[in-house]
Amino acid sequence: MKAGFLALPLIALPFVLNDFWLTQIATRALILGITALSLSFLATYLGVVSFAQITLAGIAGYTIAYFGPNTVGVGIKLPFWVSIPAALLFSVTAGALIGYIARRSRGIYAIMITLAIGVAFFYFTRQNYAVFNGWTGFSGITAPVVAGTSLRDPSTLYFLSLATAAIAVVLVSLFARAPLGLAIQAVRDAPSRVMALGIPVTTPVVAAFAFSGLIAGGGGILNVWYQERISSFSVGLGPIIDVLIIAVIGGLRHPLGAFLGAIVFVLLDTFAVDLIDRDRFNTLIGMVLLIIVMVAPNGLQQLAADAVAKLRAKEHQSGKSARIKTNT
Amino acid sequence: MRLFLIVTLNGLTLAALYFLAASGFSLIFGLMRTVNMAHGALLLLGGYVGYDVVELTGSWMLGIACGGLAAALAGAAVQAGILGWMQGDELRQTLASIAISIVLADLMLWYWGGITYQVSLPDILSGGQKLPLLGVGYANIRLALMAFAVVVGVMLWFLIQRTRFGAVIRAGVDDQDMLRALGFPIGRIFIAVFALGSALAGMAGVIAASALSISPGTDLQFLLSSLVVVIVGGMGSIGGAALGALLVGLAEQYGLAYAPTYGVVFTFGIMVLILAVRPQGLMGRSEQ
Repeated sequence: MKAGFLALPLIALPFVLNDFWLTQIATRALILGITALSLSFLATYLGVVSFAQITLAGIAGYTIAYFGPNTVGVGIKLPFWVSIPAALLFSVTAGALIGYIARRSRGIYAIMITLAIGVAFFYFTRQNYAVFNGWTGFSGITAPVVAGTSLRDPSTLYFLSLATAAIAVVLVSLFARAPLGLAIQAVRDAPSRVMALGIPVTTPVVAAFAFSGLIAGGGGILNVWYQERISSFSVGLGPIIDVLIIAVIGGLRHPLGAFLGAIVFVLLDTFAVDLIDRDRFNTLIGMVLLIIVMVAPNGLQQLAADAVAKLRAKEHQSGKSARIKTNT
Repeated sequence: MRLFLIVTLNGLTLAALYFLAASGFSLIFGLMRTVNMAHGALLLLGGYVGYDVVELTGSWMLGIACGGLAAALAGAAVQAGILGWMQGDELRQTLASIAISIVLADLMLWYWGGITYQVSLPDILSGGQKLPLLGVGYANIRLALMAFAVVVGVMLWFLIQRTRFGAVIRAGVDDQDMLRALGFPIGRIFIAVFALGSALAGMAGVIAASALSISPGTDLQFLLSSLVVVIVGGMGSIGGAALGALLVGLAEQYGLAYAPTYGVVFTFGIMVLILAVRPQGLMGRSEQ
């Protein structure tokens, strides 16, 4: 019922919006939201804020670029039904590896380690020419053509992103309720008790990171089709911070917050030029982040939920008083 | 052999710079559990202010002092105005300091532009020195930088281990609630330590601008190196910062000289290795 209310307008969007709004705003927000979801998933259920999610998305994106049609002459061309699973496999494996490295780190230590991993990957892609084509990276990447339509078509890519986002949200909520997901939340709350019960802590942590790699990888594949290029800058500190900002603005306590944050971020990014000098976008987004962190640490999602709850309470109350009046 | 000596000296120079930057970062973390992601921005601010002062007055020492002072004031303002009232919520503080660093970096880019600055050196520090015994020539400023790092290290050690203020800091690290219960103004102590850590960053910025150069991006470079140094050395330990800086600085320079393509990955390898063996860092204390 509730999901239907949300889904219907989202499905109707391509018939209402023009190409600019559909591609530049809606699709972009969905893709960024998927990557940010992988971050807020880890933050919500494992209690770890990871700065390496762009790295995982980048690994999937680079895989698509390397094994797909591109104009830089690096890589091997493979059909998309091989390269897509390969991309997801690599991002999941990389996620598991990062989880293993950071398995004993919590809180700020985990932040620092994942940040260092993300930046090391950025430098690595700049230095390596055999696989990552160094500084310049890949350009001219084309999305696969299925049944005569390119997946890069505005409405096709939109529906693809929407479907991926929906699957990701469903997977996250299923995962959170599965035994492994519960073990992850137990590790978040009391790692020493989990160990006392004889459950190894490493497995849930690695699994959580691997799962976040799957979601980030999905976002990364869509992103490389959307951008049609990928380079070291796509995995640099800028995008790393962007995704963090999105997740925090939206709220780290609920998976859907990521998409809320992504919409706000994309709208600001697109229309900041009308508000202030284009060059000062970072000041604007930095101030927005600061205000959110100071005023609403659980993000816009929490603000919206609170507002809805208040409205309901009011309705409830006025309904009650109305009833009382009729009774007397 | 000559190359090896030069590379070693370069590594030590870099280590000295990393130590200056990371010691302040580590000091702040040790007492307040605050990961100050704006540390790099404060360092760059110090560097820019120092450059302006040196250009204006011609005095290098004054430039260092003013760079440190500017960063200290900015750091105190950050702690007093923003981070102070989310004390205890580490994640929130980290995110807030990221926001501050984004805004600060952008405003500095606005004011100072995207150009590279290099502080002009006083006569005694410009030029080089033929080193006895080693038989290689080396720039004066880099030797001075190493000496400066040693002096700062010793002074920090003295401040923390031998003075009353240091005793208060150490007490705060061990048992904050007890310190507060004894009537120490913990809020003001926090601001003072934040200012001290930021001053170290600011001075490091001016010195980085003298020995190397600074430009937008320097802030992130030093923030990241500080992170790696304290992860390797152990959070909150000055000795750890020194050891971590030495390891990272040397590894980076040897990496650059002998495996130029993957120098950065070298540093990263050390970090992963240490995390695998000692998650709290070489000299860090375990959290539990």
